[in-house]
This record gives sequence, structure tokens and C-alpha cells, in this order.
Amino acid sequence: MELAQKQAAGFEPRRRWLDWAYICMLALGAVYAWQRYSGFMDVYEVGVLFLAVPVFGTLGWHWRGLRNLVVAAGLVALWAISLYHQDLARADQVFLLKYLVSSQSAILWMCALFFMATASYWAGFFARSDFACAAGRGLAWAAVVMGFTGLLVRWYESYLIGPDIGHIPVSNLYEVFVLFSLITALLYLYYESRYAQSLGGFVLLAISAAIGFLLWYTFDRGAHEIQPLVPALQSWWMKIHVPANFIGYGAFALSAMVGVAYLSAGSPTFAARLPGREELEDLMYRSIAVGFAFFTVATILGALWAAEAWGSYWQWDPKETWALIVWLNYAAWLHMRLVKGLRGPMLAWWAIIGLLVTAFAFLGVNMFLSGLHSYGQL
Amino acid sequence: MPRNPWIDLLSSMRFAVSLLSVIAIASVAGTVVKQGEPYANYLNQFGPFWFRAFEAIGLYAVYNAPWFIAVLAFLVASVSLCLWRNAPVMLREMTNFRERLGEQSLRNLGHRATLRTTLAQEAASARVAAYLRAQGYKLRAGVDEGTAVIAAKAGSANRLGYLFAHAAIIAICFGGLLDSNLPLQARLWRGDKTPVDPNMLLSEVPGSGRLAADNLSFRGNMFLPEGQSSATAVLNVKDRVLVQELPFTVSLKKFHIEHYSTGQPRLFASDVIVTDRDTGRSFETTIEVNRPLIHRGIATYQASFDDGGTQLRLTGHHLLAPRSVPLDFSGRIGESFALTYGGAEYRLELTGFRPFNIENVADAAPEASGSRTWLDRLRGQLGSSAGSKDKRELRNVGPSYSYKLRDGAGQAREYNNYMLPVEVDGRWMLATGMRERGSDPFRYLRIPMDEGGGIDGFLTLRRALLDEGARARAAKAFAAGAASGPSVSATMREQLAVSAERTLETFARGGYRAMAEFLERSVPEAEREQAASVLLRVLQGATWETWQTARVAAGQTRLAPDTSRARFVDDALNAVSDSFHYGVPVYLALREYDEVKASVFQVSRSPGRNIVYLGCALLIIGVFAMIYIRERRIWVRVKPDGEVLVGAACNRKTMDFDREFERHRAGLAAALDH
Ligand code: HEM
Repeated sequence: MELAQKQAAGFEPRRRWLDWAYICMLALGAVYAWQRYSGFMDVYEVGVLFLAVPVFGTLGWHWRGLRNLVVAAGLVALWAISLYHQDLARADQVFLLKYLVSSQSAILWMCALFFMATASYWAGFFARSDFACAAGRGLAWAAVVMGFTGLLVRWYESYLIGPDIGHIPVSNLYEVFVLFSLITALLYLYYESRYAQSLGGFVLLAISAAIGFLLWYTFDRGAHEIQPLVPALQSWWMKIHVPANFIGYGAFALSAMVGVAYLSAGSPTFAARLPGREELEDLMYRSIAVGFAFFTVATILGALWAAEAWGSYWQWDPKETWALIVWLNYAAWLHMRLVKGLRGPMLAWWAIIGLLVTAFAFLGVNMFLSGLHSYGQL
Repeated sequence: MPRNPWIDLLSSMRFAVSLLSVIAIASVAGTVVKQGEPYANYLNQFGPFWFRAFEAIGLYAVYNAPWFIAVLAFLVASVSLCLWRNAPVMLREMTNFRERLGEQSLRNLGHRATLRTTLAQEAASARVAAYLRAQGYKLRAGVDEGTAVIAAKAGSANRLGYLFAHAAIIAICFGGLLDSNLPLQARLWRGDKTPVDPNMLLSEVPGSGRLAADNLSFRGNMFLPEGQSSATAVLNVKDRVLVQELPFTVSLKKFHIEHYSTGQPRLFASDVIVTDRDTGRSFETTIEVNRPLIHRGIATYQASFDDGGTQLRLTGHHLLAPRSVPLDFSGRIGESFALTYGGAEYRLELTGFRPFNIENVADAAPEASGSRTWLDRLRGQLGSSAGSKDKRELRNVGPSYSYKLRDGAGQAREYNNYMLPVEVDGRWMLATGMRERGSDPFRYLRIPMDEGGGIDGFLTLRRALLDEGARARAAKAFAAGAASGPSVSATMREQLAVSAERTLETFARGGYRAMAEFLERSVPEAEREQAASVLLRVLQGATWETWQTARVAAGQTRLAPDTSRARFVDDALNAVSDSFHYGVPVYLALREYDEVKASVFQVSRSPGRNIVYLGCALLIIGVFAMIYIRERRIWVRVKPDGEVLVGAACNRKTMDFDREFERHRAGLAAALDH
């Protein structure tokens, strides 16, 4: 017994007072929000509010990085909100809002920080500089904090526009692109904290591409404007379907970029700086597995939502059909690895092609095919 | 189990992957070719040869094509066989500890370690067992030729994951097939039902075109105008239909649309009364998007909405006849009438009505983005995401309706008329749009409002311009007014009157274009510009006189000229000139309306739905179990001489397990230490 305890202590990171403070803070925050706003919430919303405490609590205990993120993004967002004095116009008048923490500014900071993080990671990779890699990591964390702050403030701003317009910021292509960048970065930062180092440049390349799109979408199309929800999107399902989908997409993006790293390990310059091939394959498998699991959930949630909004859980709408294709593709990938024992570059190529298929399902369908989805017309 | 090569093939991974590829490719084809369009569209798109070829392979309804369903059926068979074969193995593995793994096999495992202990064999194996139990392992202990053997395992639920996930695929496909149109296809093949023409009256549809209310599975549409009831849904079968009887009647009391302050729709909802046909009992409810009505196993969804036959009261103003009486009549959206104007026969089809139109009426002052520096653009992006509220000024500009006028040759023009005038640069105008092809934008004719806020002023002026006598009188009056004073001779005045009359005549014949043509014909190029400005002033002045003389003739007073009246004359001239491109000589003004909306419901009974949902639950459990639960096994052999062999295996080879094994090696070493 004593031994088992010793063992446990060695394995589990010891709880420090900060961990307990974190849980208390979450619980107090939930109670405060409930006391103040329960009049505006239905029972699901109250349920979600209180469920958030154990969920974020456990995640934060398990991974301190996430704990710090929750605290930082939460505090910055609250500070930003306090600067508004419930007046949207102050976003253009108060210096700190206008240039730092209003939703759009925070998101643009996120974009800039992600670019800088990418550059640092690559510099660290080629120069084998631990300092540059650590800087990359720091910048990536800063980007994630700014990104989540931006989304939280955006959520608040939507209510300032009009109480009936307010809604969670996962309702259009612009918002989910921000979410995608953040989730991909978080998944990578988690893996980095636990396992492989020196993949940051690769993964952040995918994020930078998404950011490039996001900037075009903002500057050219003005896509950042908050729009009210059309009736089909006013559903509980949206709030869980969309984030689940993006955990899946983020994980698929991670696996594809690990696939790129795997393939580039053919060159000695890269091979000398990358983790072993087996480790890369392992990482690729794990992230596809995570992505697959969440994508399965997301697709099923989508079907439940469709049943409610359109009267049929499946009617071969192009978006649904492409989701199925993505799902089948990764199911086949997993079978080939698990059942047939396939290994090697073939799987890496397949993971990369998988991301292209996913990207088509995510963007191409909106651009080239028409259907019932009122979501994210380009 | 005796092996049959066919069954081997059917349950093989390769076969399953091939089927999945076929499904994926067919699905892609189905997303590229729009499904379920009217056949004429495909014929247009692909041409006769490919139209037929694609029809033969069922490309217009891929997901219902017999071969596609057959591929799905094979997939179900393949997964079932795979499950049938693997399930016993999996179940055996779940309960089996493999305690008979020999020393040699243990030494061949990927993860192995040799430890030493000074404890007695019994005490040592007790410590090992305690340690493994504390780590969440289940174990079996035994003795093999004097060696204490402990076989431990954890995470056996992983195998259940396999069973669940694959059973889920079968359940989902099976439920989905029940809810697909396969049952309907089967009835059509049997030949006891025949689809009918979609335009057939409901009361005339024979029994062979109707499906009884106890039909197990169907999905159809119900179009229901306000104030009406329906107890049937319509199922589309290619380009024909079947009528599905329902066990209840739905009456639509009212259809609502609500909007956000920004003009986007916020709510679509139908207030309905549902009356059960068997019990006669009824209740009221509201059906909204995302809130269907589920009654007697049948779900009714708000799918869309339409006009349900709004009553319009219209006035036809003849634009070309100098003297004509406005014609009042009324009709409903969806109806058509014969009209005669200027000796030509037209068919008027009333096609649509909108009770309001939200439009951006802000002055469009487009910032040339090229002229701004990137820093300015960036600054413009900073701040809240509330969007360009300031750039936009949304206003409801009132009702509009649309119609088609088809001439004797069958050529139709489409019109879109607003009921109320809109303010443009401080003047009020009534807009009426025309287009010749559905793909073109509407071109608008803008009729200026007179001081009483009506179009009579414009019509008076318009008609006087058409009247030769009125033009002559006005030209004279114009010449008298413009060329007065002692220095002006009578001949000059005479000349001016003649040229004013000719100008009016030219304009009345073809607007500004006719005047331009006249100038091109009769004035050398060098003098044209100057001549044009003179001509324009003559036209404006003479038109003013035309208007005033017409007013006097109609018993009204002359108006004193001022800038706003001068602008009215300009606007009227523009409108007259544009009316030559209006296509028909009639303007149909909307006087009053009684709006009737209609809801379009989707009505379905899906018995497979719960099976599918069960399958979904199984799938989620199964996938998570397979991914997050790893089946791990540890064997420990404690020899009498104090040597302890440890071996381990995991059915997912990951680095996590390498780490876990390292941990157990250290843990066991510590446990075996004093
Ligand atoms: C529509 C067809 C199929 C689908 C969607 C499907 C789905 C899945 C999924 C999601 C997994 C889990 C992968 C993971 O661990 O993440 C899996 C594993 C597996 N599938 Fe399938 N499967 C299908 C057909 C088949 C067929 C026909 C076979 C028979 C040869 C088969 C045999 C297996 C086996 C043996 C495993 C691995 C179990 C393990 O190692 O724990 N599957 N399948």
C-alpha cells in the first residue's frame, strides 16, 4: 500500500495550492455567473455552466498548460469586458480596446503572434537553438491566449449589438477558422509538452496557412462582422456539433503535418533534427485516432441536428456526404494500420491527402457545391 | 469452421475497403451533380447523349439507385460476416488471461525485463500481485513446474469496442435502409401503386396514386396556405408524385416571420391546429424551424414558406394612349389573366408578393480601398466586430409584387413593382423593374411623385406629350414666354414655336434616344454639343408649358416655376424616356393587398430512426473504447532462485505503453525490494 502510494506520487504530478486555487476559482466563477444570470438561462445552460467546472477542472489538473490558459484568457477577457462599460462604441475610443483587446484586435494579434511563433520555431529548428524553440512556444501560447480572448470578447460584443443577436461565436466560417487555429495549436502544444519536441515549425505552418486565409477573409470580404443567427442555426446542436467537428479537424491537421515531418525525415538535415520515425508514426496514429473519435461524435451530432432542423437525419446533402467521405477515409487509414499492420511513408502520404479531403469538406463544399447548409457561404 | 472462399472474400478487409471506395466515389458524384432536379434541367446541362447515359446509371438520384443500395447491402453483409467471425475470438480474448505463456514466449515479447529478489517466492509473488492489482490489473496466479506465474491484464473492454463499433455500422445501415425510399421502390416494383401527374387535382387522384395512412415509412411535403387544411403529403417520385394520406389534419392559422433589427430573418413559425382523423380530437401548436411537431409517430417540420395566394388590387395605367381610363381589377398570386393593351393581347401571370423589402438606403460612398494605405486598412479592422453599422442604413421600403406579361408570341417579361415611393436625393419616386431573362437584374423605371404624392401629375404630363394638339399649344405658349420683348420679331417667335414643337414631337416618339438620333442626322459633329444643350433647354421649357397647359385644360391652376418643380420635369422626362424600353405600354400599380402566406412542411415517418440512433450510441462507445482503452497484459514468472521475469504486451503499440512498462518495471523492482 505504502509502495503503491509512493508510486502514485512519483507518477502523478503533485497537487500544489495553485491547482486547488484554480478549481475554487472555476467553482466560484460558475456560482457567481449563475447567481447573476440564471434568470436568462434555461436548464441546459445551467447544466453546461456547472459541467464546465469539472470538465475544465480535470483538463487543467491533467495539463497545467491548459489551466494557465483558462485563467489567462478568462482574466484578459473579463478585463476587456470591464473596459466596455456596456458600450460598443468604446471599442473604437479606448486605446487599450482599440489596439489590444477588443475582439477584432485580439484576433489580429493572434494572427501576428502565430506568424512570429512559426518563424521562431523554424529558426530554432535549423539553428538547433533551444532558446528560439522556447520563444516559439511562448509566442504560440500568447497567440492562443489572444485568440481565446478575442472569441470571448466577440461573444460579449454580439450581445452588445442587441440582446437578441448575441450568440456563441461558433456560427460562421470566420469564427470557426479562429477556433480551428486555436485547437490545432493547443493539440500540438499538448503533444509537445508530453512527447515530441521540434515539430512546432511543421504544425504551425498549417496554422499559418489557415491564418492567411483568415486575413484574406477579413480584409477582402469583411467576414469578421458579427451576423445574427438565421433560424436554422438557432439550435443547441450547433453549439456542440461545431466545436466537436473542429477538434476533429485540428487533430487531422496535426497528423498531416506530422506526416510532412515524417516524409521530410528522408533528408539528413531534417532527419538529424526530428524525432525518430517510430515516434512520428506514433504521433500520427494518435492524432488521427483522436480526430476520428471526435469527428465521429461531431457527425452524429450533425445528424441529430439535421433531424430536428430539416426533418431527416441524413439526406445526402453535399456537406453531409463529404463528412462521410472524410470519415470513411480515416476509418480505412486506421484499419490499414491496426488490422493490416501497414507502416511507413504510405501512411504519411495518406494522412496528408486526408487533410486535403478534409479541407475540401470544410471549405470546398461551400465554394463549389450548393446544398442545405446555411453555414459559411463564401 | 469450414472455410468457404466466397465467404472469405466477403468478410475480407480488401473487399470492405473496395466497397467503401465505391461508396465514396459514388457519393462524390452525387455531390457534384445536383440531385433530384427536374429532368429538363439535366437535359439542358448535359445534352441528349450524356443525359441518357447518366440517367441509365441513375446519376440524378445516386443515393437511391439500385446499385448503390446493393453496394450498401454488401457492406452490411461484409461487416456482419467480419463480426460473426471475429466476435468469438474477441470474446475469448476478453476472458482469457493466457496464463500458459511459457518462459520462452515471454522472453520473445517486445517488452521484457529480468529482476532479482531476495524475498521468498511466495512473498515475492504476493507483492507482485498486490502491485499489479493496485495498478488496476486483473490477474490469475498459478504454478508452472515450480515457478510462480502471474498473468495480468487490463483494458479488456477494448475488445468490446470492436464489437460495438461494427455492430453499430450494421444497425445504422439497416435503420437507414428502412427510412430510405427502398420500401416505396419495392411497392412500385410490385406495381400496385402508380405515381400521378403533379398537376392533378387532389380529389381526382385515384386509389393507385394514394398511400394509406398506415404506410410504415415515408417522407413528403405539404404546401399549406393560411386558413386552409390538409390531411395529405406529396411524395416525389422522379417527376411524378404519390399522395400520402395522414392520420390527422393540419390547419394553418397563421405563418409568422420575425426579423432582427438588421433585416435578417429571426424566426419562421406556423400556428397550426391538428385534428386527429380517428378520434376527432384537436389541439393547437406552433411548429418552428428546429422545433418540429411529432404526432402519432409522424414528424412535421417547418421546411420553408411561400405565398399562399395573396389577393392584390391593381390599377392598370396606360402609358401610351393620350386619353385612357385607368382599369381597376384584382387577382391572386398564382392566377393569370388576359389583358388587352394598345390592340395587343397579353397574358398577365401574378407570380409573387413581398410584404416588405429591407434595403440599404445609405449613400453609397465607396471608399476606394486602393487609395488607402495598408495601415489605414488595418486601423479600420481594429476594434469591435460589430461590423459596418455606420456604413449601412437599412430601411423597409414597403411591399412589392412581381408578375409576368406574356405577349402573343409567348415571350414573357418579368416585372417587379413597389407599392410605395422611395426617397431618392430628396425626391420621391415609385420604382418598377423589368427584365427579359430571369438571370438578368431588374432595370428600374422611376416615376416621380407629384406634389400630392401621386402619379397623376406624371400621367397628365405623359399624356399631354402624346397629344399632338396639346404639344402645338404648349409650343406656342413656350415661344411666347421665352421670346418676348420688343426686339423679338413675330417670325422668330414663330420659328421657336416650330422648333419647340418638333423637339417635343421627337421626344414623344422615342425619348432621349430619338433626340440623339435626330442630332446625329441633322447637325454636324462640331456643333452637336452646343446644339444638344440648346435642344435640352427647349425641351425642358416646352415640357413645362405642356404640363401647365394640360393642368389648365384639366381645370387645375398653373404652377409657379421653382427648382423642385423643375426637377420634377427632369425626372418625368427621364421616366418617359425610359418607358420606351419598358416593353409594355402599361404600368400596373398596386393599390391594396390581403396577404396570405403558406407554409411548406416536410412530413415524415421514419421507423428506422431509433435503430440508427442506437447504432450511433454504439458507435461512439465503440470508437472511444477502441481508442482510449488499450488492452495491456503483463506476465510475471517468479523463479525459486529469486529471478523474476517480467513481460508485457499491448494490442496498440504506442510509446505510451513503452513508458508504462518502464514505470511497472521500476514499480515491480521497488515492490520486490526489501
Ligand atoms: C463500413 C465498414 C467498416 C467501418 C466503418 C469500420 C470501422 C472501424 C473502426 C472505427 C475501427 C476502430 C479503429 C480504431 O481503433 O480507431 C475498426 C477497427 C477494426 N475493424 Fe472495422 N470497420 C468496417 C469494416 C470492417 C470489416 C469488414 C472488417 C473485417 C475484416 C473490420 C475489422 C476490423 C478490425 C479487426 C478492427 C481492429 C480491432 C482492434 O484491433 O481492436 N472492419 N473498424
